[in-house]
Amino acid sequence: MTTLTPRNKTIASLFAIGCLSLSNFALAGDVKDTDGTSSKQNTIDIKDFAFNPQTITVKSGEKITWTNRDDEPHTVVSVEKQFKKSSALDTDQTFTITAGAPGTYTYFCSVHPKMTGTILVVKS
Amino acid sequence: MSDYISHDHEHDGIDRRGFLQCMAWAGTGLLWTVSGGILASKTLAQIAKAGEPLPATDLSFLQISDSHIGFNKEANKDVTATFKIALDRINAMPTPPSFLIHTGDITQLSKPEEFDTFDEILKSCRTKDVFYVPGEHDVLNDGGKLYRDRYLKRVEAKGSGWYSFNKNGVHFIGLVNVLDLQAGGLGQLGDEQLEWLEADVKDLGTSTPIVVFAHIPLWAVYPEWGWGTSDSERALGYLKPFGSVTVLNGHIHQVLQKVEGNVTFHTAMSTAFPQPAPGTAPSPGPMKVPAEKLRSLLGLTSVQYKQGKTALAVVDSNLS
Repeated sequence: MTTLTPRNKTIASLFAIGCLSLSNFALAGDVKDTDGTSSKQNTIDIKDFAFNPQTITVKSGEKITWTNRDDEPHTVVSVEKQFKKSSALDTDQTFTITAGAPGTYTYFCSVHPKMTGTILVVKS
Repeated sequence: MSDYISHDHEHDGIDRRGFLQCMAWAGTGLLWTVSGGILASKTLAQIAKAGEPLPATDLSFLQISDSHIGFNKEANKDVTATFKIALDRINAMPTPPSFLIHTGDITQLSKPEEFDTFDEILKSCRTKDVFYVPGEHDVLNDGGKLYRDRYLKRVEAKGSGWYSFNKNGVHFIGLVNVLDLQAGGLGQLGDEQLEWLEADVKDLGTSTPIVVFAHIPLWAVYPEWGWGTSDSERALGYLKPFGSVTVLNGHIHQVLQKVEGNVTFHTAMSTAFPQPAPGTAPSPGPMKVPAEKLRSLLGLTSVQYKQGKTALAVVDSNLS
């Protein structure tokens, strides 16, 4: 793989942000929306076969990012199919969605269904 | 539980329950056989070293499980090497097993290249006949389509991959309990598979020995960690009339055995990495052990059936 120079890194970062605005997938950290406003990052760690925090409250339009900290693949799947499911996340891989309409969203890991979590979306 | 002999059918001082209890606490690495009513045991290593053939039995097969090709974390950075050692052990057996059963998690992430690596390494095994059931790691992204195309076409599997076959008068049933899992639940067989199972065994004589194999245990090993199958009771109900049922599972990467009536439940070691005993760690994730200890916690399972004997002998041996 080519080593990134500082200049290349800037280009790569810009490219990454461009891609992020087109998809639900994002890297961890603060993410600029297309209108240039900064939205809050809500993070959920997947550790020891559990979602931490298990229940999270976010505002509509905010992003939520899961990071797998286990040596075991996990998934994030909406119980009621309310949002697109993740692929199998290997160690350190992330998955990001943007919170939709206010309401309660439950999800689980389809590989280890004992693992469940809840997202409470409130008005922004 | 009483240690008295309750059923001594063959007047040899050994009842079946007692025999199985012996096996349950005897630990790994021993081959148990019943010959002329005398219970004998030898380690597989002893037999291999002496070049002595295994006692003649009507059928012997081997269970391997949880290869996790593609796993490269601390618990075992070279799972292909330990899988090869397991195959070397099989190749060194004086009497090769008739066939192998792989009880799931061939791969870590269901990647085609991981399946390729497994298939390539398996070519070195002298025993060519292999029967498969998927683990959850084999069906991560496509509901098991790739797995079925590769491993279950030959056996003309039904539905999501279940099937049965006969060998030497023993009826074998491969079940799938790793698909369409429900939030908060355990492993699951589902109505369609259960209905098939009921029909599959309906016309069999009750003296037919049955071997059931599936990835996740078909008994409640430790539901808190998801180590069980929610509708396994219904499956076992259909098998209740049979005099000898042996249930072989993987998934939990350690040997556990339970005997309930005529049913022996047995879980096999992995060839990749160990997992903690139920409830002894914060989670069931891969267990890191000192390098010199690793191979003692990996292994395979040999199963022997002798015509006229009710119980199958289930023997575990590690890779040390």
